[in-house]
Amino acid sequence: MPGQSVGAVQSQRAHFDEPLHLRSGGVLPAYDLVYETYGTLNAAKSNAILVCHALSGHHHVAGHYADQPENVGWWDNIVGPGRPLDTDRFFIVGLNNLGGCHGSTGPSSINPATGKPWGASFPIVAVNDWVHAQARLADRLGIDSWAAVVGGSLGGMQALRWSITFPERVRNAVVIAAAPKLSAQNIAFNDVARQAILTDPDFHGGDYYEHNTRPVRGLRLARMLGHITYLSDDQMGEKFGRELRNSAFSFGFDVEFEVESYLRYQGDKFAGYFDANTYLLMTKALDYFDPSREDNGNLTATLARTRANFLIASFTTDWRFTPARSKEIVSALLANHRNVSYAEIDLNFGHDSFLMEDAHYHGVVDAYLRNIKL
Amino acid sequence: MTHTLGRPDFDVIAGWVKPGHRVLDLGCGDGTLLKHLIETRGVHGVGVEIDDANILAAIRNGINIVQGNLEKGLDEFADQAFDHVVLSRTLQTVRHTEGILQEMLRVGREAVVSFPNFAYWKNLRSVLDGRMPVSEDLPYEWYDSPNVRFFTLLDFEALCDKMGLIIRERHVLDEQGNRVDSSESRDVNFLGSLAVYRLSRNR
Repeated sequence: MPGQSVGAVQSQRAHFDEPLHLRSGGVLPAYDLVYETYGTLNAAKSNAILVCHALSGHHHVAGHYADQPENVGWWDNIVGPGRPLDTDRFFIVGLNNLGGCHGSTGPSSINPATGKPWGASFPIVAVNDWVHAQARLADRLGIDSWAAVVGGSLGGMQALRWSITFPERVRNAVVIAAAPKLSAQNIAFNDVARQAILTDPDFHGGDYYEHNTRPVRGLRLARMLGHITYLSDDQMGEKFGRELRNSAFSFGFDVEFEVESYLRYQGDKFAGYFDANTYLLMTKALDYFDPSREDNGNLTATLARTRANFLIASFTTDWRFTPARSKEIVSALLANHRNVSYAEIDLNFGHDSFLMEDAHYHGVVDAYLRNIKL
Repeated sequence: MTHTLGRPDFDVIAGWVKPGHRVLDLGCGDGTLLKHLIETRGVHGVGVEIDDANILAAIRNGINIVQGNLEKGLDEFADQAFDHVVLSRTLQTVRHTEGILQEMLRVGREAVVSFPNFAYWKNLRSVLDGRMPVSEDLPYEWYDSPNVRFFTLLDFEALCDKMGLIIRERHVLDEQGNRVDSSESRDVNFLGSLAVYRLSRNR
């Protein structure tokens, strides 16, 4: 891997007292955001890049914790000295979004008004709410405008939303494996995942914390379903085929095929640490995302408000957010005469490709970011 | 005679483009022509490429580039979004010849097309000698050529006529990149190695 890791990192916490009015009509009277930074903010404060996370991500983007060397950030392969998000040049900020379960205020946080976890009473948050919360963190860090806002999947949607909501605060938006809005099929997958959680007897209407339990079965199923949609058919075929854990059929319902073993393992692992209410919130944020709604579905009109330059990237095997969905964004930007480049990257990992290390993919991001004038 | 970046057709194209024009370059490679037009003519440029290495090189060059396959049309571009749509030395590699010409004049006010002329006398001589031509403007052996359409300047003009395209200007170059000084089409067809056309259509 070219470049290096950022090494040992620490998380920080910012508290905000100013109420945040949400798109759902809800209000967060006060909240915390946990974040990490890598590299050094220059004197002109012109070299800051915001990395937005996807459904299950968080603020720990890169590096490791001194006391947990195995806890490596979720996008470590792209951040560091000499890597595309080059910490010798840029000041990188990653945060955990509101509603998350990694330290920022979310459903599992204590609601000061009641002294109990928010649970079901945590308001629905939208992508644009995250962007507003992120803007307040930028204010706190003294960053007037981002050199770039970067994200994959739901993270890419935040980058796109930034360019619309705060056009004067984003000089470049890097939108990877995203879509301008979800399709009916995307929403359908999300709803099956939600139903798995909502119908788990341990869900208790979202207030499972008080019952000292967690809807582990539902969350596990939701993750297993989600995971299938993140991979490509070819990749699953190559990785697992019809391999059996034992050599012969056992004619039962226990784990037999390797793919079952893999999915159950992924589901168990995820259900072990992730919060089900956060999963519900994140999938709703995805479903509601549609900036063009403000312009009666006319994405070109919506993107007329942007001022940034754009790099849009998609992956050939991504059937969750196909290249065609990225091209909708490209087309609307071109119609507005925005500076935009589009790469359709041939990688075999489906939607998850955006997290993978690949010389061409990282080369494209690297080349684009290196041309940013600070 | 020296030419910009070793490409005599680039000089011709640059001469037709006005400052501030919007230019779409199809099959733009690493973006060399667009970069030249941006630097010398102050155009707003966008390129289309299919090849990964060229996408990377063009992004490195700071060019707006969209990865796509010309055979599948130009759906991501709106009608009349550009002043010029350039297809330099690429038409002979495209199967859907009429389709791409239609698309160029849908998204652009004018199309600029350059291509190697198979009727150039040296090419004809080569065929008469029994071998497929390899030259400055046809630099490939028959077995590794990306070219899928073999046509002459007169063939191209006949197609334009059939499609109702208007030839606004024709600039024909010999192998050294010097302009072939004749207005007689049959002579030009025989003496020209590379042809550059400006096309439009009635609206």
